[in-house]
Amino acid sequence: MPRHLRVRIAFVVLVVAVSIWYLYPLKRTINLGLDLRGGIHLMLGVEVDKHVASQTDRAAEDLKAALERRGIGIKRIVREGNAAILVELANPQAWNDALTVVAELGAFERRDDDQAAGRFKLVMSERRVGQLRDDAVRQGLETIRNRVDQFGVSEPTITRQGGDRILIQLPGVQDPARAKALIGKTALLEFRLLDERTSVEPALAGQLPETSEILYRREVDKQTKSERKIPYVVLKRRLLTGAELTRAEVQADPNSTGNWQVAIEFTSTGARIFGEVTEQNVGKHLAIILDGNVYSAPRINERIPGGRAVITGQFTVDEARDLAIILRAGALPAPVVILEERTVGPSLGADSIRQGLIAITGSAVVVFIFMLVYYRLSGLIADVALGLNLLILFACMAAFGATLTLPGLAGIALTVGMAVDTNILIFERIREELRVGKTPRSAIEAGFRRAFRTIVDTHLTVMGTAIILLSFGTSSVKGFGVSLFIGLGASLFTAYFFTRLLFDLAYMRRRTVETISI
Amino acid sequence: MIELFRSPSYDFIGKRRWAYIVSIIFTLLALVSLVVHGGLRYDIDFTGGTLIQVRFEQPPTVGQIRKSLATIQLGESIIQEFGDAREFIIRLPLVSMTSEEIAKRAQGALTADASLGKFEIRRVEFVGPQVGRDLQLQAVYLVLGGLIWIAIYLAFRFDLKGGVAAVVAVFHDVIVCLGALSITSREFSLPVLAALLTIIGYSVNDTIVAYDRLRENRGKFVPKGRTFAQQMNDAVNQTLSRTVLTSLTTFFSAAVLLFFGGKTLEDFAFVLFVGVITGTYSTTYIAAALVVDWTSYVEGRLRRGKKAVAKA
Repeated sequence: MPRHLRVRIAFVVLVVAVSIWYLYPLKRTINLGLDLRGGIHLMLGVEVDKHVASQTDRAAEDLKAALERRGIGIKRIVREGNAAILVELANPQAWNDALTVVAELGAFERRDDDQAAGRFKLVMSERRVGQLRDDAVRQGLETIRNRVDQFGVSEPTITRQGGDRILIQLPGVQDPARAKALIGKTALLEFRLLDERTSVEPALAGQLPETSEILYRREVDKQTKSERKIPYVVLKRRLLTGAELTRAEVQADPNSTGNWQVAIEFTSTGARIFGEVTEQNVGKHLAIILDGNVYSAPRINERIPGGRAVITGQFTVDEARDLAIILRAGALPAPVVILEERTVGPSLGADSIRQGLIAITGSAVVVFIFMLVYYRLSGLIADVALGLNLLILFACMAAFGATLTLPGLAGIALTVGMAVDTNILIFERIREELRVGKTPRSAIEAGFRRAFRTIVDTHLTVMGTAIILLSFGTSSVKGFGVSLFIGLGASLFTAYFFTRLLFDLAYMRRRTVETISI
Repeated sequence: MIELFRSPSYDFIGKRRWAYIVSIIFTLLALVSLVVHGGLRYDIDFTGGTLIQVRFEQPPTVGQIRKSLATIQLGESIIQEFGDAREFIIRLPLVSMTSEEIAKRAQGALTADASLGKFEIRRVEFVGPQVGRDLQLQAVYLVLGGLIWIAIYLAFRFDLKGGVAAVVAVFHDVIVCLGALSITSREFSLPVLAALLTIIGYSVNDTIVAYDRLRENRGKFVPKGRTFAQQMNDAVNQTLSRTVLTSLTTFFSAAVLLFFGGKTLEDFAFVLFVGVITGTYSTTYIAAALVVDWTSYVEGRLRRGKKAVAKA
């Protein structure tokens, strides 16, 4: 009588029950990859150095303001590279005064002092640079997550990859272009004054004061779809940014039918600044700029209290809605670029599932019939074990939340092959033992024992490569590695636990066994 | 009971010199094809670029599509039928433009050409230059990592000779598979990489089974008068039916994937299909054969060494 038969049966029943529990209901437990269900896979690169540069710019502006407050004249104050500021005092006599102001700045180290010329350089500490780079990615991730949530995608995956990359997976999105525009926009909203003293023509010819720049407004002719770019000379100084927004809502544009606009409301600080700015600049033009494009530049007729404004610009209702979403979610700290994009339409995904399933079922059926014909009852045992193997494989994928991709299906096909190989190894060994004249029972015993080492070796080598795949591979290669690894683990278990149990049940309980159906 | 072989005793190892010639010929064929074609054709996964899969309502010709795409000047595009006459894959090289821009332009060009009729864009893949480079490196690391892992594991479980010979055999399989890809002008893509890694695992499996058997036999008793070559031949024969059965089942599975798996799985299945054949072959004729020759070379030197000592 084989040992612990009842315990082993109970264990197998438990494994089956747990597997089924994890798998029920099938539609919700197995995560299908984007290649199977359709959707967008985006790898974004965050331009972290731009964040460092913009923070350096801000520090330079602060420093300039602080020096001016103390009455220290400045000849030049410019950013050098991404993380350094070059300062040149108008009067080297003010050196010591300037240094006390600089000391308050923090996070910068002073280098290349040239006291005679009143010149020094401020370099951001390595630690601060690293911190800012990290911030740019973390805040970017948070902002994108906010936008995606408001856009309404079910089960999005938004994760950080490596140092400065963000991976976004949006299953089942129907309009990829729109989703991409929503995610990828920096959405930096700025309010700046037009430079009323410089007219456009000389500015375009290169006569531009250092404090101004040329930005464009894009105007699309709805009939011809052609785009026109209208230049504006805008002061570089920001009066207010989107950071001071509390609300952004879509409204119909009362001045042009069929167009929509976005109404915004500032925080109390924002409202105060907006009130002051409009009061001081009555008669001038205030440009509303998003990501370096001028949207409108209305004339300030009077002080605007209450902190409300509208952004107009030939928006369709969807465009206006998306703009409102990104304004509410806030700007990305640094621009992002699309490094990789894979968009699969839902119809293609459905086709892939169908074909993948046909292929897998087909190869499984071939293997099942082959085993049954070649090994008879033992073949049937192997087939049942194969079934259990697949059950465990899917249950583990459900339990670990692994994603089933098209290459993953291929990995499963390979697993089926390996699982069958395991059984063939055992059965051939049993046959051999029978051939040298062993009794059926000791042949089974010896067959399992002798094949064991080989099977462990084969499984460990392939599982080793599977680990390499799933730890160093990306996307599709990883999916393949995951299903291969889990499948082989399950194969090892079924071969040595389940197949053996079935053999014991079939042959070992009887006192005498004449022949084995193998 | 059905038996393919009953106690077979073919002389595999004895014919290994012929097999070396065959292996060298196939390896050279593969290499020549690779050189003639100027290396592998890489998919956009590795080169970077844009791939657009379009299904038209009316089957167009490649020429028609090319003509309408020529208007937007996105560089040299590759247009291929994919699966059936209405479905096409358009590959565009890397240009200094965002992925949306490229897709929008391509869609615009296809829409503008009324003769193409209605169509649906089913898939867009854009791989930027950085990611392409990353994936290239990844492919190399994965293959090398797999080979190194196998060499270490086998050297540890058996001996250095076994490990090295197995890796040579696997390397041969990889080269032959790449050659087969090149000859059939298929592209090296991520799924193909996965298939290649599968073959590495599969091929080494066979080798392990044979080595394991040899070691088991030698552990039991030292057979009198049987040379190492004969012992290896015995091990190969004893595991022959398992090798053939497993190869057949895997071969059938790969065949089903190849013929019914659809266009997306086709290249993957093709590599598997070729790999199963060469993997089975290389176990005996490269891995086992090399161990035999290496061992007899070492033994020969030892003997000559002893003779030299005796003379002196």
